[in-house]
Amino acid sequence: MSRRLRLVYASAVVLAAAAAATGAAALVLWAIGASPAATFAVILTGPLQDRFGASEILVRAVPLTLVALGIAVSFRSGILNIGAEGQMQVGILACAAVALAFPGLPRPALLPLCLLAGAAGGALWGGVAGVLRARLGVNEILSTVMLNYIAAQLYTFLLRGPMIDPDELMTGSGTPQSMRLPRAAWLDRLVPGTRLHSGLLLALVLAALVWLLLWRTTLGFRMRAAGAGSKAARYAGIPVERSLVVAMLIAGGFAGLAGSVEVTGVHHRAIEAISAGYGFAGIVVALFGGLHPAGIVPAAVFFGLLLVGADMTQRSAGVPANMVLVLQGVIILAIVSAKTYLDDPYARERMARLLRRAGLLAPPPAAEGEAEP
Amino acid sequence: MRRGEALALVGENGAGKSTLMNILAGLYQPDGGRILVNGAPVHFRTPADAFDRGVGMVHQDFMLVPSMTVAENVALGLRHLHGRLRLDLAEARRRVVEVAEHHELPVDPDTHVWQLSVGEQQRVELVKTLCLGAQLLILDEPTSALTPQETDDLLERLKRMTAEVSVIFISHKLNEVKALSDRVTILRHGAVVFNGTTADHSTSELAALMTGHEVVLPRNQGGGEAGRPVLAVRGLRVRGDRGHLALDGLDLELRAGEILGLAGVSGNGQRELADALAGLRPVEAGSVRLDGEELAGAGPGRIIARGMGYIPEDRHHEGIVPGFSVRENLVLKDFAAAPFSRGGLLRPAEIERNARHLRERFDVRCSSLGVATGALSGGNIQKVILARELARRPRALVAVYPTRGVDMGAEEFIHNQLLALRREGAGILLVSEELEEIMNLSDRVAVIYRGRILDVLPSREATRERLGLLMAGVAA
Amino acid sequence: MLRDILSLGVPFSVALLLAALGEMFNQRAGVFNLGCEGMMSMGAFLAFLPAQLLRGGPLAAWGNPAGFLLAALGGAALALLFALVTVTFRAPQGIAGIGLQLLGWGTAGALFRHFFGGVTGVEGVATWPVPGLSRIPVVGGILFDHNPVVYLAFLAVPASWYLLFRTPWGLRVRAVGTHPRAADSMGIDVVRVRYQALMLGGAMAGLGGAYLCLCQAKMFADDLVAGRGFIAVALVYFGRWTPWGITGGALLFSLAQALQLSIQVGGIKFPYEFAVMLPYALVILVLALAGRSRILGPTALGRPYDRERRV
Repeated sequence: MSRRLRLVYASAVVLAAAAAATGAAALVLWAIGASPAATFAVILTGPLQDRFGASEILVRAVPLTLVALGIAVSFRSGILNIGAEGQMQVGILACAAVALAFPGLPRPALLPLCLLAGAAGGALWGGVAGVLRARLGVNEILSTVMLNYIAAQLYTFLLRGPMIDPDELMTGSGTPQSMRLPRAAWLDRLVPGTRLHSGLLLALVLAALVWLLLWRTTLGFRMRAAGAGSKAARYAGIPVERSLVVAMLIAGGFAGLAGSVEVTGVHHRAIEAISAGYGFAGIVVALFGGLHPAGIVPAAVFFGLLLVGADMTQRSAGVPANMVLVLQGVIILAIVSAKTYLDDPYARERMARLLRRAGLLAPPPAAEGEAEP
Repeated sequence: MRRGEALALVGENGAGKSTLMNILAGLYQPDGGRILVNGAPVHFRTPADAFDRGVGMVHQDFMLVPSMTVAENVALGLRHLHGRLRLDLAEARRRVVEVAEHHELPVDPDTHVWQLSVGEQQRVELVKTLCLGAQLLILDEPTSALTPQETDDLLERLKRMTAEVSVIFISHKLNEVKALSDRVTILRHGAVVFNGTTADHSTSELAALMTGHEVVLPRNQGGGEAGRPVLAVRGLRVRGDRGHLALDGLDLELRAGEILGLAGVSGNGQRELADALAGLRPVEAGSVRLDGEELAGAGPGRIIARGMGYIPEDRHHEGIVPGFSVRENLVLKDFAAAPFSRGGLLRPAEIERNARHLRERFDVRCSSLGVATGALSGGNIQKVILARELARRPRALVAVYPTRGVDMGAEEFIHNQLLALRREGAGILLVSEELEEIMNLSDRVAVIYRGRILDVLPSREATRERLGLLMAGVAA
Repeated sequence: MLRDILSLGVPFSVALLLAALGEMFNQRAGVFNLGCEGMMSMGAFLAFLPAQLLRGGPLAAWGNPAGFLLAALGGAALALLFALVTVTFRAPQGIAGIGLQLLGWGTAGALFRHFFGGVTGVEGVATWPVPGLSRIPVVGGILFDHNPVVYLAFLAVPASWYLLFRTPWGLRVRAVGTHPRAADSMGIDVVRVRYQALMLGGAMAGLGGAYLCLCQAKMFADDLVAGRGFIAVALVYFGRWTPWGITGGALLFSLAQALQLSIQVGGIKFPYEFAVMLPYALVILVLALAGRSRILGPTALGRPYDRERRV
């Protein structure tokens, strides 16, 4: 296939996927009595109306970026991390626990310590699934999903019990949330009047580091080899099992860090539903960004837009929060379908053959380059 | 093709024979051209269409469901039984017995396929295709996994079958072509270059037509002292995938500066031996010494570091990471050490330089070094693997079916490289199905049978007949 | 207390059992559908819909059967979409399954909120003790004193066995999941068989969800399914792709759940959240012990089939 034709083909596939996703979402919106056009309009433009809205997009983009970076590392290493949500929750608990345990520490010590604790917590939670897969061949999608449910229960238990804010007990309102974190454990506000915090810079730095890790280090080479061809990697002496575990530790760590950043930057205490949905949203962002840091950052911003916009439609047009799940599901299905068509040379050939038979395409030239013997 | 004749479809690897036959069987779709059956144009959109027209193909990798019995496999093809509520194996069984008796191909309808040997499975494939009403039988390289005696047997049977069915068989072994076929069609680079009666031409004429020029594959001229044993295997016991003992007390000695050919019907333990030597399979008992150092049970990383090279059987999935670029695959075993990395960080400039150098030296044809290696042709992928292994200057090299599916030009190149490595003093264990390749290149030939080395012959004594007997388990 | 656990455990296992039997057909054909959870949610909602709408009216008696039917159709429809993505488009099954799950779960919840607002209950299906058998001491109460769907679900076990191992269709499904190229070369339409298996699996998952809504919880909520769809997928591995193994696994899990409830009701001092964790932890344990051996099962599981691929 000529280069120009390949470009046309790729664009057509992408457009078709986008149209299918939008169409499916519109169908569901229509079924629940909302106007698809109006909803999409609010989602895409609502948040951009004022400075606060725009800053909220970035606020959402930060944990999305972090989670998606971790997922990209794991996916490229051949292990599918669906457990980001649980890993986030464990990270939040670890971060909050450390912050509340050492309120007296000065900022330069406490803040990094909390973030590290959060990352460690998430890494531990992810590592469990990694070891289960590496040593016992346990399907990681199933194990991480189960760990999500377990983490959710653990989270509620701790926030209702041992870690609950003493004030809540006194006033009797019983909201499951921890005490406010000491000021020393707060991330800086970047723009006054908004919730945007310095976690944004952290996310960008980590994006660059992930690129470095995957493409410029020997560890990254091993992980990518394990993901792209585990058999050949084994034959080349690369310890595949170990790479899988490392990948899950990293993925869990990033998710845990995402949770810690939310706690120290936005909410300043551990509350319910901080992590809600970021696990799956992170997968979508990672896929959307082509599993590459350079794609993930803009994809996270776009998704932040969708999330903030969806919030707005919930308040204004009464579109239920579940619509976000629908959107995510539809986008995932569209992306994976499109990807196969874009990556698979046989799919291209089949399409070309169909077009030729329909007379829309000239027959191929006599001798084509790489003939497969 | 005429009714009741045996047509040989001949060409070197990569000429397009399998592709053409797969189109006839409805598995691949043509981009142009016509197929005429009895003068009427047909288009086989799916294998079912070809089926209905009486085309039955016996592929190189058997199309049998291993966990099912022979009768169940045949029942899959009996589509008139498919709408019912009860699975009736009686008819399938009956047909199998009928066909088996008629053509003298002993097959038991109630055995499970995974229990059968390769030769037996091929018989089942033949019976199955005939049970399902094939009038045109297509056989793709039917003798590749058989001993010379089994091959002669099969050719006899096929000759008798032509009384009832027409046969097309694909082969690159010209002696078989002469033995079985009435006519021969020769393909080169995807086009027919010759069509004629077999009896009118000699083997060498056909060979020349096949390649387009006089090709003489390199031969091992001998000479040079076979030195110290570089690889010593004693009493090796290794289990196969199904838990059975694939290697049962195997002894082998590979000397420096020699090529030791390993002949044998596939399934007798070659794969398990190669994997065990590379550290990819646990060793239950026995010793493997590389230059005196015990390596049995060591992991692949250590074995590679000690200077063992390996050209694996499945080049696409075991030899390269298909999605990695050519330059990445060329450093697949060495990326973690100098000069390709330092302190955990890769050094792209060195990797690039290495890739350019190897590409030139080994004549790897690729549009760029960044292209995904999986997209290259089979011969070029093999060159990448060879380049990587040879550049490491191994002390011992295990090469498993190194020229399978590779065109003659690449085959010549690979053979020359192996001979050059031999001259440099490395020991090479050459595992191959092609007796001719083994006889041409080896200093000594070992025959593996049921997980043991039956005998080791010096090359001048390794004739087709003697090897054939050994491969069938008949010790002299 | 043991008797209570057992008599609770049996009906608890039905939703899992139905969904897992459906998933067994999927996996035997070579496709694993992680969207099971989403199909169950959809099934639960679709069962709720007619039951609630027809309540109190002249057609009230048709509410429950209509609910089951609608649930099966809905599950099959979602499965059809999944088949399109994974069989026709050949997308990777794991991630596509997660996508389907989000779609099903989100749509069910959104539709519920739109039509019914808050959480309301339905009357559901009443128990129907089997005359005679339910009076057998001990065993009678455990096995024969349930709503009719339970009996039907347990009948589905031998029916599934027969379908998979004694019919031509079952033979084709097994061939397609083990060696699709062989099946293809013999004229079997691999795509069609996989679509059929997936749709059957989807219908059964929908029925499982309907059971949860109409017979077990007798209401609908966002978190009604609570991971049972994923557990069902795990059960198929654990049960080695046979109906009997799956039944054993389903009973095991529901006993764990029944245990959890009994602990709370029995007043034993055990944190509620840890009790809820039990079934999920059990799944992980079971997967860890199940081992890797797939020689007995569908060896082509998880790999999209492409006829043209030059192997």
